[in-house]
Amino acid sequence: MPDLLIELFSEEIPARMQPRAREDLKRLITDGLVEAGLTYASAGAFSTPRRLALTVEGLTAHSPTTREERKGPRLDAPEAALEGFLRSTGLTREQLQARDDKKGQVWFAVIEKPGRPAAAIVAEVLEAAIRTFPWPKSMRWGAGPLRWVRPLHGVLCILTDEAGAEIVPLTVEGITAGNQTRGHRFMAPDAFTVTSFEDYAAKLRRAKVMLDATERADEIRSQAENLAFARGWNIVSDEALLAEVAGLVEWPVPLMGVIEDRFLTLPPEVLQTSMKEHQKFFSALNPATGRIEGFVTVANIETPDDGATILAGNQRVLAARLSDAAFFWQNDLREAKSGMTAWAEGLKSVTFQSKLGSQADRIARIAALAREIAPLVGADPDQAERAARLAKLDLRSAMVGEFPELQGTMGRYYALEAGEPAAVAEAARDHYKPLGPSDEVPTAPVSVAVALADKLDTLTGFWAIDEKPTGSKDPFALRRAALGVIRLIQQSRSQVALAALLSHHYHKMLSIWKEQGRLVEAPDDYADAQLDKPLAVKEAELKGHLLKKSLVAETVEKGAAAVTSLERPFANLWSVSLLKGEVLVRDLLSFLHDRLKVHLREQGIRHDIIDAVLAQEGSDDLVQVVARATALNDMLKTEDGKNLTQGLKRAGNILAQAEEKDGVEYSFGADPKFAETEEERALFAALDAADPAIRRAMEAQDYPAAMSAIAALRAPIDAFFEAVQVNSDNQIIRRNRLNLLSRIREAGRQIADFTKIEG
Amino acid sequence: MTSPNRPRSFQEIILRLQSYWAAQGCAILQPYDMEVGAGTFHPATTLRSLGGRAWAAAYVQPSRRPTDGRYGENPNRLQHYYQYQVIIKPSPPDLQELYLGSLRAIGLDPMIHDVRFVEDDWESPTLGAWGLGWEVWCDGMEVSQFTYFQQVGGHDCRPVSGELTYGLERLAMYVLGVEHVMDMPFNDPEAPIALTYGDIFRQTEQEYSRWNFDQADTEMLLQHFKDAEAECARILEAAPEDSAGRRIPMAHPAYDQAIKASHLFNLLDARGVISVTERQAYIGRVRALAKGCADLFLTTDAAGAGSDQAA
Repeated sequence: MPDLLIELFSEEIPARMQPRAREDLKRLITDGLVEAGLTYASAGAFSTPRRLALTVEGLTAHSPTTREERKGPRLDAPEAALEGFLRSTGLTREQLQARDDKKGQVWFAVIEKPGRPAAAIVAEVLEAAIRTFPWPKSMRWGAGPLRWVRPLHGVLCILTDEAGAEIVPLTVEGITAGNQTRGHRFMAPDAFTVTSFEDYAAKLRRAKVMLDATERADEIRSQAENLAFARGWNIVSDEALLAEVAGLVEWPVPLMGVIEDRFLTLPPEVLQTSMKEHQKFFSALNPATGRIEGFVTVANIETPDDGATILAGNQRVLAARLSDAAFFWQNDLREAKSGMTAWAEGLKSVTFQSKLGSQADRIARIAALAREIAPLVGADPDQAERAARLAKLDLRSAMVGEFPELQGTMGRYYALEAGEPAAVAEAARDHYKPLGPSDEVPTAPVSVAVALADKLDTLTGFWAIDEKPTGSKDPFALRRAALGVIRLIQQSRSQVALAALLSHHYHKMLSIWKEQGRLVEAPDDYADAQLDKPLAVKEAELKGHLLKKSLVAETVEKGAAAVTSLERPFANLWSVSLLKGEVLVRDLLSFLHDRLKVHLREQGIRHDIIDAVLAQEGSDDLVQVVARATALNDMLKTEDGKNLTQGLKRAGNILAQAEEKDGVEYSFGADPKFAETEEERALFAALDAADPAIRRAMEAQDYPAAMSAIAALRAPIDAFFEAVQVNSDNQIIRRNRLNLLSRIREAGRQIADFTKIEG
Repeated sequence: MTSPNRPRSFQEIILRLQSYWAAQGCAILQPYDMEVGAGTFHPATTLRSLGGRAWAAAYVQPSRRPTDGRYGENPNRLQHYYQYQVIIKPSPPDLQELYLGSLRAIGLDPMIHDVRFVEDDWESPTLGAWGLGWEVWCDGMEVSQFTYFQQVGGHDCRPVSGELTYGLERLAMYVLGVEHVMDMPFNDPEAPIALTYGDIFRQTEQEYSRWNFDQADTEMLLQHFKDAEAECARILEAAPEDSAGRRIPMAHPAYDQAIKASHLFNLLDARGVISVTERQAYIGRVRALAKGCADLFLTTDAAGAGSDQAA
């Protein structure tokens, strides 16, 4: 059982590509080996900036011999048929066997493929892997045709067993596999020979290369923490940075530096972002002052001066960077203090989206919407509108220009500097949230109002111009916005009637655009029948339509010469009013509902349960939808719940059949006086008790209570179906029982559409 | 930076780079005699990276970026600065080692410093060119750009050229331990007439900053842009044979006009008369010129056209 060791030695591989490259190498090689008939016990892939390595342990030494029998032509078949068979099997006539078959004697070929040695298979599989490696970006170099992420210099490929190590014979475009590699670029550049994976890893370590990225990351973390601990500081944890830095060094040497006093007045987020983005430094926090006062840079070398020169150089670069940041900060603070009017003015010329207008246009819309939403989420309307007007102004600040990821964070500082209340400033920081499924959701009412307004405006706007997400394409992150709306509403428990809100906002958008003269109304003679066509088609048609109308009018007035000049004014027009408000709202709500299903599925609520709830009225109130779905989900987990669903469905089915057969709807008039059995009377009594209880509970939005009330029907319904034959010969009794069933159906409908529940 | 090998002036660093790359077999060229934004624009890089002929050159290129002017006040930013450029085709297998040798030559010992190759892909939209490589960090500072050209003027580079670009002022400030570029010794500080970078360039930085930002006649610049564009197109369309029937395609004269157009665009940009939407269109126009020049160059001897070396 030999072990296989592969190393692909190259110039520096981008850190961000290393994790996937490890996986790809492992997959390509092990899949190839297995496909060729080898098996193995385990495999592990490693990377440093200059190498990708793979160890495969317990590999079979040979692939197994395979034996295949193939039936050929009959012995008396024409010569051509036999020749074809020989060609396809690669055998000679002497090697064939004649066997008896149903229709006489037939040629049989027995093809034995001997197993192949592992080395031959490895060579093939590795060459194919090198030639087809799925780098996100690859390149050529020199005069050769090979592609790799950066120039590939060496291939180490050995098979090791008890007898020793054997080089796998392989040459790819002039690179011949061997058993040698090199250590650290500067500290141990000489070549050395390795005999196994253990030998390889151990010799690399002596040659100042830590092979395992996880070990490098751990080393960086613990050394950085030790350095910080010595000063009583803490390292600000940053796993993404840690993984990146671990991919930039073969021999990590963390060094700690102190930030000059003159920069300590900068906001900690600015220090951290600047140090991380430009320098890949970790930040060190002084818990005594709550400020970031130091940094850790990770060098790739041990030097005679213990890194003093390296640290001094890094400190210098940092000072230059932070001087820039301090300059931005001072200028921005001055602008903030004077009310940020220049920034607001500047946003008028920044396009948000060509049809949706400038950032200033967008801010005005969000401000109006935030004002509407404020009372629904317990925020002060003036504060919400004010916050929305300020929240995006930092987009024009120098600091956000330099570090876009600080949008919002800087907005909060600048709002405070402008003398705004904390709630307004915090909304500037938090209104972008939540940015993803795991990002925290703001809870302060003003922040919630602005965050909701921001996302709902985005959704309405892109729906209005028909730029919805399709398949995997979602360039404006509308799915994320929708999930944000859901999580904001859910967390703040804000009962917002979304349909009315969205419709109102949409019409407001239209009226603004109409005022701006960028919108034409669909004329009355443009038929409603056109509504199902895609917006772009409708737009083009409408332009044509308007053009024709104007042409007729103009031609009558001015003659045919006016024809060409009329094209222009319509070329820049566009029309959203072709999309009727109710169509847009319905479509957008259904998009939100789809997102809600995905979101609730992750919380363990099945999509059919949500569908059953969404079929009810008030489905645009997501708080209610979630509460109903949760209560229904809980009930359906109980024995009563499961049986009740069956009972409701059975009632529904019997009714549906009877209604179809009789051509009438059984909806009222069930009378206990026609009840023949105890079970019927008991059901009447139970329904009489349950109906008002369910109604009261639903009105009070006490869904668990509604569920208990309906669950109480389980026993009477079961008993009824056990004892009573609905389709009695007596038509009066039959009708009465059907009408009784309809009361069951109605009881269910108060809560959900149980027919949508599966199982 | 305590190495005894340390150079003493800006010009000594340039001289050492020149000697080093001469010793590695590069032809030491002189700067191109036109205004360019970067050393890459020198035809010794742009055009010579095309086609199959081997090539090795190194040179200093004065470069102009009008928008970076700061009236000589910013410690690091200049509208006129120097790049050192090395271009070798095909890229030799030991190019990284050769590069590290050049750092040693100017007193940056990689055994004391932390030299790193950090992913940075290079792209020049105006030249229709891109390549993969790194920015080279020394103690956390970017000191060079290291690129394997993959495409120039829309053409695949076969073979591939290796390109090294050193930002000379920044590199020299680091080597010499200077905080403000204007304080940097240009010649030997012990020389009878010691000159700093500021003695030579402070006034010009002020003058050009004023002209670039406030004074340059935009009407005239626009006209020059159109003229350069038209002349470039005319040269590209001219018959490859002259009146005597000799085949002389004029790739370099055409390319000069493309360089002019590119610099005029930069000047217009600094004057703030190019809107965001127009920007892309201008870049596209310059790229079309560069592409035409690349196409034409590939039909010439210098690109190895007609020889066995042709790709």
